[in-house]
Amino acid sequence: MKITLGAVSKPYSALKMKTGDWGTHWPKVDEELCTGCGTCEMFCPDMCIEVVKVGEEEVNGKIKEIKKVKVNYDYCKGCGLCAEVCPTNAIKMELKDIYKV
Amino acid sequence: MKFFFSSGHGACPGCSLPIAVKNVLYALEGKCFVVNPTGCLEIISSQYDRSAWGVPYIHSVFENAAAVAAGIDAALKALGRKDEGHVVVFAGDGATADIGIGCLSGMFDRNHDVLYICLDNEAYQNTGNQQSGLTPPGSNTTTTPAGKILPGKIGRKKDMVAFALAHKIPYVATASVAYPTDIRRKVKRAVEFEGAKYIQILCPCVTGWGINSNETIKVAKLAVETALYPIVEYENGELVRVRKIKERKPVEEYLKIQRRFRHLFKHPKGKEIIEELQRIADENAKRFGLDE
Ligand code: SF4
Ligand code: SF4
Repeated sequence: MKITLGAVSKPYSALKMKTGDWGTHWPKVDEELCTGCGTCEMFCPDMCIEVVKVGEEEVNGKIKEIKKVKVNYDYCKGCGLCAEVCPTNAIKMELKDIYKV
Repeated sequence: MKFFFSSGHGACPGCSLPIAVKNVLYALEGKCFVVNPTGCLEIISSQYDRSAWGVPYIHSVFENAAAVAAGIDAALKALGRKDEGHVVVFAGDGATADIGIGCLSGMFDRNHDVLYICLDNEAYQNTGNQQSGLTPPGSNTTTTPAGKILPGKIGRKKDMVAFALAHKIPYVATASVAYPTDIRRKVKRAVEFEGAKYIQILCPCVTGWGINSNETIKVAKLAVETALYPIVEYENGELVRVRKIKERKPVEEYLKIQRRFRHLFKHPKGKEIIEELQRIADENAKRFGLDE
């Protein structure tokens, strides 16, 4: 006999709830300024920032990865923490179009 | 998923709890069994039919997270499955310092191989800011309201670090969510010890503290820079490391940007409380040698 006590839910099933429409603002990343350092990724409380490899470059004869930030707007709550912690000020919070009058 | 904690949880924008949790899980590479008593974290991460967790997770009742964790530890030992992961508790300050303190003391006393993490947002924030043992003096909560006579909470913040040390457990530390790399290092260090470990992480609350969603990290930093929240680390009862402060800031800088302390600047007894808080900060700085 199998007894399940309480409620059991599947890992990451919270993904069902898209929280991207909670905020009034969203972060816009200036790719020129972003160094791919990953600070914003470490802080985002909603796990919607990922540092991804976008290419390679040669620095002093060595191949180095170029990394930039990708924001998942499906879940971003627009808290603005990423813009606060970015050391190069590469992120600006912008008012979403639907809130512009 | 890199952080073993997913998007789609129900925390307020800018909440600092997921930041602490994701960095702890990252440090453990997801190799853990999580026990979580009632509180903010439980409400935001395990709403009915949904879970933000990517690691085995159990919700206990308010008072018994430490006992449930002790049970898991005993079971893993009995089954010879200790290598499958660390037993980790994530509990709020109320569950730790008030409601669950008996079970916590028992778990420490038996020295179970458990990493107990207290996410300290300095009140019962899930039910709307009622004071806990870890609420600091002067804080305006719904159970210690600032009124004509009282200037918010009277009495001091409970010293849970001393409580943990009194049990002679091998590892005790504090941290602030403003410094995730420090959290990661401490978690990695803690699990090197066999036995009970306690880490208390300061996690500012957007709604309860009355700050903007983009200010949680700034406030978590100021608590450290004013020495109101000393960052310390003990191994086998010895103080091995503290976070030094370059130029210590006056406590007013921390207090004035939070709604829970704003009344102190006009209340007749406010000045007294601010002086008391400054005295606590000075004491911390002296006791732990925080000033650089
Ligand atoms: S913190 Fe700034 S520079 Fe670093 S990865 Fe994020 S956007 Fe880029
Ligand atoms: S605004 Fe907040 S939720 Fe959105 S990406 Fe930045 S830190 Fe994450």
